[in-house]
Amino acid sequence: MDSVKPKAKCGAEASAPAGSGRPGVAEIRERLREKKGPEFWRSLDELAGTPELEEMLHREFPRYASEWPEGFSRRRFLQLTSASLALAGLTGCTRQDVERIVPYVRQPEQIIPGKPLFFATALTLGGYATGVLAESHMGRPTKIEGNPDHPASLGATDVFAQAATLTLYDPDRSQTLLRAGRPGTWGSFVGEVSATLRSLQPLGGEGLRILTGTVTSPTLADQIRRLLTAFPRARWHRWEPAAPHQAQAAAVRAFGRPLDAVYDFTQADVMLTIGSDVLCHGPAGVRYAHDFAAKRRVRANTMAMNRLYAVESVPANSSTVADHRLQLPPDQLETFTLALAQALGVAGGGGAALADETARTWVRVVAEDLRAHAGRSLVVADEYLSPAAQVLIHGINQALGNVGRTVNFIEPVEADPVDQLQSIRALVADMNAGRVDTLLMLDGVNPVYTAPVDLRFAEALQKVRLRIHHGLYQDETSEYCHWHVNAAHELESWSDARSFDGTVTILQPLIDPLYEGRTAHEVLSAFSNRPDSTSYDIVREFWSGRLAGLAAGFDGRATGESGGLTTTLGMGGFSGTIGDAGAMTRGSGAGAGTGLDAGQNTGGQMSQGGTAGAGGLLQSGVSDTASDAAGTTGSVASGAGAPAAPAGTGAAAAPAGFETAWRRVLNAGIVPNTAARRVSAAVAGGAVQQAAGEIVSAARNRAEGRVTLLVRPDPTVWDGRFAWNPWLQECPKPISKLTWDNALFLSPRTAERLKVDFHETVAVSAGGRELRGVAVWVLPGMADDTALLTLGYGRRKAGKGTGQGFDAYALRASNALWTVPGVEIRPLGGQYTLACTQNHHMIRGDEVNEDAEASDQAMKRHIVRTGTLEQFRQNPEFIREQRHIPPDDMTMYPNYKYDGHAWGMAIDLSVCTGCSSCVIACQAENNIPVVGKEQVLAGREMHWLRVDRYFYGDLDAPQIHNQPVPCMHCETAPCEVVCPVAATVHSDEGLNDMVYNRCVGTRYCSNNCPYKVRRFNFLRYAPKDDPLLAMAMNPDVTVRMRGVMEKCTYCVQRIEQAKIESKVERTPIPANWLKTACQQACPTGAIVFGDQNDESWEVTEWKADPLNYGLLEEINTRPRTTYLAKLRNPNPALEPAVKGSEHGHA
Amino acid sequence: MATLEDGGLVSPPPKPYKPPVVAPGHTTTTVTDKISEVVLQRTPKWWFLGFAASFSLLMVFLISVTWLFAKGVGIWGINWPVGWGFDIINFVWWIGIGHAGTLISAILLLLRQEWRTSINRFAEAMTLFAVACAGMYPILHLGRPWLAYWLMPYPNTMNLWPQFRSPLIWDVFAVSTYATVSALFWYVGLIPDLATLRDRTRSRVWKVIYGFGAMGWRGSAAHWHNYETAYLLLAGLATPLVISVHTVVSFDFAIGIIPGWHATIFPPYFVAGAIYAGFAMVLTLAIPLRWAFGLEDFITARHLQNMGKVMLATGLIVVYGYVMEIFFGWYSGNLYERFMLANRVVGPYRFHWYALIFCNAVVPQFLWVRRVRTSPLWLFVISMFVSVGMWLERFIIIVTSLHRDFLPGSWGIYHGTIWDWGTFIGTMGLFLTLLFLFIRFLPLISIFEMRTIVPGGPRGGEYTEVPR
Repeated sequence: MDSVKPKAKCGAEASAPAGSGRPGVAEIRERLREKKGPEFWRSLDELAGTPELEEMLHREFPRYASEWPEGFSRRRFLQLTSASLALAGLTGCTRQDVERIVPYVRQPEQIIPGKPLFFATALTLGGYATGVLAESHMGRPTKIEGNPDHPASLGATDVFAQAATLTLYDPDRSQTLLRAGRPGTWGSFVGEVSATLRSLQPLGGEGLRILTGTVTSPTLADQIRRLLTAFPRARWHRWEPAAPHQAQAAAVRAFGRPLDAVYDFTQADVMLTIGSDVLCHGPAGVRYAHDFAAKRRVRANTMAMNRLYAVESVPANSSTVADHRLQLPPDQLETFTLALAQALGVAGGGGAALADETARTWVRVVAEDLRAHAGRSLVVADEYLSPAAQVLIHGINQALGNVGRTVNFIEPVEADPVDQLQSIRALVADMNAGRVDTLLMLDGVNPVYTAPVDLRFAEALQKVRLRIHHGLYQDETSEYCHWHVNAAHELESWSDARSFDGTVTILQPLIDPLYEGRTAHEVLSAFSNRPDSTSYDIVREFWSGRLAGLAAGFDGRATGESGGLTTTLGMGGFSGTIGDAGAMTRGSGAGAGTGLDAGQNTGGQMSQGGTAGAGGLLQSGVSDTASDAAGTTGSVASGAGAPAAPAGTGAAAAPAGFETAWRRVLNAGIVPNTAARRVSAAVAGGAVQQAAGEIVSAARNRAEGRVTLLVRPDPTVWDGRFAWNPWLQECPKPISKLTWDNALFLSPRTAERLKVDFHETVAVSAGGRELRGVAVWVLPGMADDTALLTLGYGRRKAGKGTGQGFDAYALRASNALWTVPGVEIRPLGGQYTLACTQNHHMIRGDEVNEDAEASDQAMKRHIVRTGTLEQFRQNPEFIREQRHIPPDDMTMYPNYKYDGHAWGMAIDLSVCTGCSSCVIACQAENNIPVVGKEQVLAGREMHWLRVDRYFYGDLDAPQIHNQPVPCMHCETAPCEVVCPVAATVHSDEGLNDMVYNRCVGTRYCSNNCPYKVRRFNFLRYAPKDDPLLAMAMNPDVTVRMRGVMEKCTYCVQRIEQAKIESKVERTPIPANWLKTACQQACPTGAIVFGDQNDESWEVTEWKADPLNYGLLEEINTRPRTTYLAKLRNPNPALEPAVKGSEHGHA
Repeated sequence: MATLEDGGLVSPPPKPYKPPVVAPGHTTTTVTDKISEVVLQRTPKWWFLGFAASFSLLMVFLISVTWLFAKGVGIWGINWPVGWGFDIINFVWWIGIGHAGTLISAILLLLRQEWRTSINRFAEAMTLFAVACAGMYPILHLGRPWLAYWLMPYPNTMNLWPQFRSPLIWDVFAVSTYATVSALFWYVGLIPDLATLRDRTRSRVWKVIYGFGAMGWRGSAAHWHNYETAYLLLAGLATPLVISVHTVVSFDFAIGIIPGWHATIFPPYFVAGAIYAGFAMVLTLAIPLRWAFGLEDFITARHLQNMGKVMLATGLIVVYGYVMEIFFGWYSGNLYERFMLANRVVGPYRFHWYALIFCNAVVPQFLWVRRVRTSPLWLFVISMFVSVGMWLERFIIIVTSLHRDFLPGSWGIYHGTIWDWGTFIGTMGLFLTLLFLFIRFLPLISIFEMRTIVPGGPRGGEYTEVPR
């Protein structure tokens, strides 16, 4: 510990009376006079700085405990052993919260056992917020839903948000504050920080540095600003490893300052993505997917459809719903951009030429199509594309008149945006130069792992005197730090954050921090003159002066305009009618619940969870504030009630009206009128020409025959921050379907050229650095001579993710963050087995590539029926005519008549991007266990809902289709007849029910299931012994033991709750109210569920759609889950080019 | 002592000439001496060795099953899509083997095939032991084996019955009935011989034990009368069971809708396959046993040849089944069936399929040759091939049908783990252990029935050279 005063200081104690361990009182007095001791002292020893205390501080534990004494006797050994045995019990003697085990004397107003509450809050990724509603059961959050009123969510979420509850309860989370690797206290931390600050004060904070990721939180930014005001020579550095650095650079070059681009897909008819996964990536992916799907969906009455071209080097989710897909190596991608700019007259002619004939055709055709739809078109760049190419794309959008229509520019959402690469470079330079005294790394930044490899961050870090790390985990960085402050999870924190369009959400905690974690606000407050402020105080204080003005007139019903994106706020959350609030939670439209309105108007402050009302029907309603709840739920028996916020401290100074506004804003999950200002921006003329020139010269310098490595965030562990989360580790990565690892993705042709195959290890070298032992995965859809390695793997410290995969950061230098050209790949001949959930299996060392076979069979079997808009226009019945449906009456027994409900589901393949939110949503809702890589390799992953991926056509340039496969709930279910104990039976509402208690585990049902949607607990997968993971469980769903079959139930617990409420209310369940977990999470609304007997439900309409078809319906299973055929809207001018793979229905 | 030499009351019907099935020179006394000596002699050394080896394998079974119960069926290689693996393969394999005994005892008895006499006893024993091995698998393979009794119809507080539409329930009845009747049949057949042993043994302990087993048999005319009636009745009962058991087992697959399972050819094809496998196993056991105990006089080349003929005939039925499967797969025009067949031939399990065809269809063709049919060594080798082939057949039916069924998105692969093999080898241990105990303590050839067919016995013919 650097904080330890040097031993030499003990020399000062020479005057202490010999033989006596303690100085006399007089002597202490003397010493006090001589030097200035700490202002507060706990004991005379401390005050006097005796050698005993020095040693105590040094050793952390007294003599004999911290080291092995010399001359060790048997007697001594036994003494110590017995003492440690006796004391071992004492470690459990931490003070526990008071638990009251008496039943409620007075029922808390909002807590009804068995009925969840929903709190509006937000979760962030890379600093950007997605508004969510967190479901809380008796004070413990169990499930995340999207906030329908939040512009980045609109009710849906991405995979990361769905997995947040598991992170919250992750037993691998850092559970204590660490000081030099040993448990410390917050008080001692604050003490050391104050001491440091005092010493830095005279220097104006010289040497104090703060490192954060991207910060959008207004409160946090304000705190940092204040700190920087108090210490003018302190510096704030930022490093977000997967932030769109290049996009920012491009904006600076094009517009002279950083601006964020916000797209409006609802206004775009023709779109081109260049390398971008815009529908499934980044802070606005969920929103964009939603808007895209809205224009994509074709029904018999709307024969219009948008058109999406995708040009890319690696297959993206977005391109699986594209009408045309073109693979180009990264350098060609840039050339393509230039050629397109030239074709559209943005850039001057000449320069690089496209090597590929198809690509040249594309440029011509796409340019024509874009021009024909000027103002209603959109070109989206990959945010990791070179700044030059992105400048060109800004130019293209401007030339097409898209700016202000489909593309809008807003002031950056990030607080005080900087060039983050420069920022971390400067930090490392200063650290190396010894100019950094104290480094505070806030909010889980992990620069030792994520900083560009050439900066050698870890080495530089060791030159810092005091290193403080604040994060959820003890990670690679915390290992190097003197202090590690365990962070509170977002679901445990008061905070705020902005979404992609700038809208602010106040984050409210759902639970007291499980391990007394601290928020970034609290850590920063330790650096202020009010070190013990809570984040509740800090956030409230920040907003106290601002909120009333912003929220004026905000009654929660207004339809607001936020950043040019129309957001419907009419969810009735503030009307006090529980029915409307319910509609907000599970419904899809305002007013859906009015029929059930119990009319409990509580005047602005909605107190829901009442005994009656549709809010209950939806298990919910949106709760008011956690602080409000805390007042009444302090004695929740679980001891995990909503945190008791010390109300009043912040509010005391708050202006009138603040309290009301605060509650409304918390309730809604958004702060109105906070969307970033739209700005008009024009691309500087010179910028485009300069960019074009750069691309031309880059193309000239291209090294032939070398592979270009792309480094991208991982679709499930992002930059590595989710490596700890087993749900995300086991979620099959879209397209590749790999779990638990990343891999070096290569195209089939490139793999052949390099003589490498699946699972084989290679050495990847670039720029003098080499990464050895990387396993190869051959992925159709990759461009040739391109390799992809995603971030976030090869971790040294990541709980269950430790040691999985390969560390892309090791190849990621600051001059080539996202694209590493001229990479050499050398086969090593080793094997590293990757766990894939679809096809590709090892058979005694022989690799059998099943892709070709599987895609061929999938096409023959009409697994994914496809067609074109043109076909549909000419004959809307064309899908129906292809189907072979056995007649209903071909049975010896009469068909069952469903008099009540008849549940059914339909999935629209036209808009499914394969993002896999539904998979994790299902896992969270239904307590689905994680099985681990070994078991995935054995073919035993437990996901009830899987997303099948099929390649169609040419293996070197395939079409990619996604197909979510839940249980089909067959009318004539093959599983039911073969179960010997009647553990799977048909309900009178058409559900294929699974009775876990009755199952003996013959697995016959799974064998006989043509869809293979049943999942068996081959071993004991459920985490029964861990009290933390038990808290993550949905109490409405059974946790299955080993030896039991399970499968998708259509979220029968939600159905039953709705039915109970409907019985209580004596009203039918309102249409489209009930949603399954997968449906609710789906960003594109590709899944609908409901009562097929009731025409007012959307599902009935979908079922009647001519595009509706059943999977394998010719074998007469009569599936209740059906699909809408995947329609494409190809450009006839490009059709001949892709003729071979067209008409996938064949 | 020898009280039963002329005890047969059944008068021999007039019959055409048949070569006798006992080597020349034997009388009723020598037959009795020779067979009971196997039991009454001092235990030969090789028996201890064999028993020790078998018992070690039984311990493998014990370990495998203990671990299985502790951890769950996940220790096996099964997964989705292949939910059944070694467990059901071995179940069907063992139950198939268990067919020969009852077929030999019952059907051949009713058909008055006297040559069956010298092999029926141990064939029946083998049946019982094989059924014991087979019968364990359906319980072991359950996810929650402690609830296996839920498959039985019994009145319970839940007021729940098994689901009678499921072939697994039919299995429960078919196998348990078969096991019961086979055990009874075997035991009833043993009673007169147990009496003989009771009378011959010098050990008091064994006298009591055999005496208990003999149930007071004294060989009176009334005894014999009742006995013959009971035995014939049991034979009559057992006969349909031979057909029904494997038919029902085949329903486990035929009722399913998986391509490769859903076929009407399955019942006859399974029954023939079972007899095929059963005879192969009888030969596999008989050939070393007759050599070890010097029983060549009773289990003659004629027996071997006849069994070879049965194997050839049933083997050809099995091959016919394969051909028909392929023909109907093609003729149906069904995409899934056609793919399934092609996948067997060229898919990931093609080598298993080639091995199956080699073992089950090619190798047995050697049985057309009389020299092969009468050569114990050749027969032994061929029957080994058939046993392996029949195991592979079940592997092919179960695994290749499941691993690539309807949705290409859910295709998978299967291979057995060490615990699959441990359980399989362990059941062999159980089988062999029981067999070693049987040959040591019970007459492995029916003494009283042999007496009826030696010259001078009730059905005895004249001495003839047995063609070799």
